[in-house]
Amino acid sequence: MSTFVINRLLQAFLVLLVMSVLVFVGIYLVGDPISMLVSPEATDLERDAVRESFGLDRPIFVQYVTFLGSALQGDFGRSFLTGEPALQLILERMPATVELVGFAMFFSVVIGVPLGIIAGLRPEATYSKVIMTGSIFGFSLPTFWVGMVLIMLFAVQLGILPTSGRGETVQVGAIELSILTLDGLRHLILPALTLGLTKASLIIRVTRAATREIQAMDYIKFARAKGLSSSRILRVHLLKNVLIPIITVAGLEFGQALAFAVVTETVFSWPGMGKLLIDSILTLDRPVVVAYVLIMVLFLVLLNLVIDLLYMVIDPSSREKVRD
Amino acid sequence: MTPGQTTTSAPLLRVQNLKTHFHTRQGAVKAVDGVDLELAPGEILGLVGESGSGKSITGFSILGLIDPPGRIVDGNIEFDGRDLLAMKERELRSLRGNDIAVVFQDPSMTLNPVLRVDTQMIEAVRAHEKVSIEAARQRARDVLVKVGIPSPDERLRCYPFELSGGMRQRIAIAIALLNRPRLIIADEPTTALDVSIQGQIIHEVRSLCRETGTALIWVTHDLAVIAGLADRIAVMYAGRIVETGETDEVIHRPMHPYTRGLIESVPSGSTRGARLHQIEGMTPSLPELGEGCAFRDRCHRATDQCRVTPDVTLLGDTREFRCWHPETGGEQ
Ligand SMILES: Nc1ncnc2c1ncn2[C@@H]1O[C@H](COP(=O)(O)OP(=O)(O)OP(=O)(O)O)[C@@H](O)[C@H]1O
Ligand code: SF4
Ligand SMILES: [Mg+2]
Repeated sequence: MSTFVINRLLQAFLVLLVMSVLVFVGIYLVGDPISMLVSPEATDLERDAVRESFGLDRPIFVQYVTFLGSALQGDFGRSFLTGEPALQLILERMPATVELVGFAMFFSVVIGVPLGIIAGLRPEATYSKVIMTGSIFGFSLPTFWVGMVLIMLFAVQLGILPTSGRGETVQVGAIELSILTLDGLRHLILPALTLGLTKASLIIRVTRAATREIQAMDYIKFARAKGLSSSRILRVHLLKNVLIPIITVAGLEFGQALAFAVVTETVFSWPGMGKLLIDSILTLDRPVVVAYVLIMVLFLVLLNLVIDLLYMVIDPSSREKVRD
Repeated sequence: MTPGQTTTSAPLLRVQNLKTHFHTRQGAVKAVDGVDLELAPGEILGLVGESGSGKSITGFSILGLIDPPGRIVDGNIEFDGRDLLAMKERELRSLRGNDIAVVFQDPSMTLNPVLRVDTQMIEAVRAHEKVSIEAARQRARDVLVKVGIPSPDERLRCYPFELSGGMRQRIAIAIALLNRPRLIIADEPTTALDVSIQGQIIHEVRSLCRETGTALIWVTHDLAVIAGLADRIAVMYAGRIVETGETDEVIHRPMHPYTRGLIESVPSGSTRGARLHQIEGMTPSLPELGEGCAFRDRCHRATDQCRVTPDVTLLGDTREFRCWHPETGGEQ
């Protein structure tokens, strides 16, 4: 068990190392940030001086090793643009995104799992067909379009929900949260709904497929033959098995959404990490981009680890494979 | 139990003209098409027939566990004088696992893989009786001992995947015994196991049923299994019972050509290892079945008369068969 976790962390470290090289080289190839760092009227002499002060004059290999050295000590360099530490910039924005994505995922699971089970238990029923048709829409409509429609409906037409920013926040420790104030919650609803709609559709489909598969199993029939109530069969025998694929999908989707909440954050001017990434790429703010990607990789690796651990809680036979 | 007793005591289960059909795109599949069965308390009945003859569907019909597109379209099922087909789902549920229990064929699939054995046993007790978890666990433990499971406390804490196939099937049998049912329907419960374990389990189940007076329907396609186990045999073909009678009678003096074919395909001591005599042809595909004896395409005795469905012929008190030209000879 602990060897399993240690192995996974070692793997994670390796992945991080490879990713850091790729990102470093990638962003090096994208463009020379010097034009962003000095005014257009600067002389060549001034340019070289700036270049030297940022260490940009040295060969890429040397730059990388320097970066790696300080990154291992937790220093990802400073933003070219603002001079703030890159890591701090990202961490400051992180709560907003985590909050948005977390809320969206919560919504999609709470909506998606029951609807998926309903549709899976009675696939021929009209309401099941309505659910499935709805999920196809939720699935295929582009996020920005859904966001626009929701804004038009709830903000412009009905005027009941705000459309941009986080609203009033509350400081909890070092973190600012919207979800704890009524105003913040109202700001959260539309972007979370936008992001959650696609996710909910996906969860519906996964849940329905799993429900149908499990429902046909002998052990469900055996449970009925034991004279169990249908609610116990549903809650204990069916749900526990259906949760296994749902955890995988919801976990991966959570990671995806976190790393790429860009579209939703842009539409709703949500001050999260997605916007930060886009801005940093546009301004060739190397340290921020590199730090962002590495943090996301680290995050996704950890997320996968958590999914695997959750798996073991639910599916006892997966514990077996880990023991050796 | 002597033959006389079996027929005179009031039946525990009486199935009459049971028809269970599946409505598919290709038409109605008449999986069970007019089955009659009768079972006395404590009696062991072997239900024999090849794959697809409708044995399992007969069992599920008795339990009220037929799912769409399947439906019981006709007939009568009485258990202990109560009409099962008229019962509400709630009444049926209180019967299932309590008065009528089942054991399925595949032990690897009948236990829920994500629940511990104790969970699955305790819930089966508490679905029918308001007893404490501890009392239910104690009963589970006792029954595990009864079906020959060593160190039951340890087994109770296991997940199904941690147990061997034979062990899982014993647990499934133990679950069936938990609430001291009056009838157990065992649907080929040993086919997935190797031969030595098969013999053990059959022996144990038989003595447990004798001990508790539980009636048993043992479903199988293997006549050899039944021969040493059952009081009576019912032979099923294409959704119908084509012959029933005392085990010895049926085996030594089969009346229906299909029964005879089955008997001849069982390896006896001297022919073991030799190539088995197989009944030629295949089970007809059910939607294609029309009027007439369903066996006639494979029957060496078939005549034009067999285009008409044969009626039940009674022979003595306990023998019944459906055939126009029975194998008359008792001379083997
Ligand atoms: N869900 C279903 N839809 C359509 N036909 C079905 C369905 N379930 C069973 N049948 C049909 O009912 C017939 C009888 O099936 P049943 O399972 O009772 O056979 P069996 O005698 O138990 O065979 P086996 O020895 O293989 O278990 C088969 O021909 C099968 O095709
Ligand atoms: S009724 Fe005719 S076809 Fe059917 S088993 Fe008897 S002899 Fe054969
Ligand atoms: Mg069967």
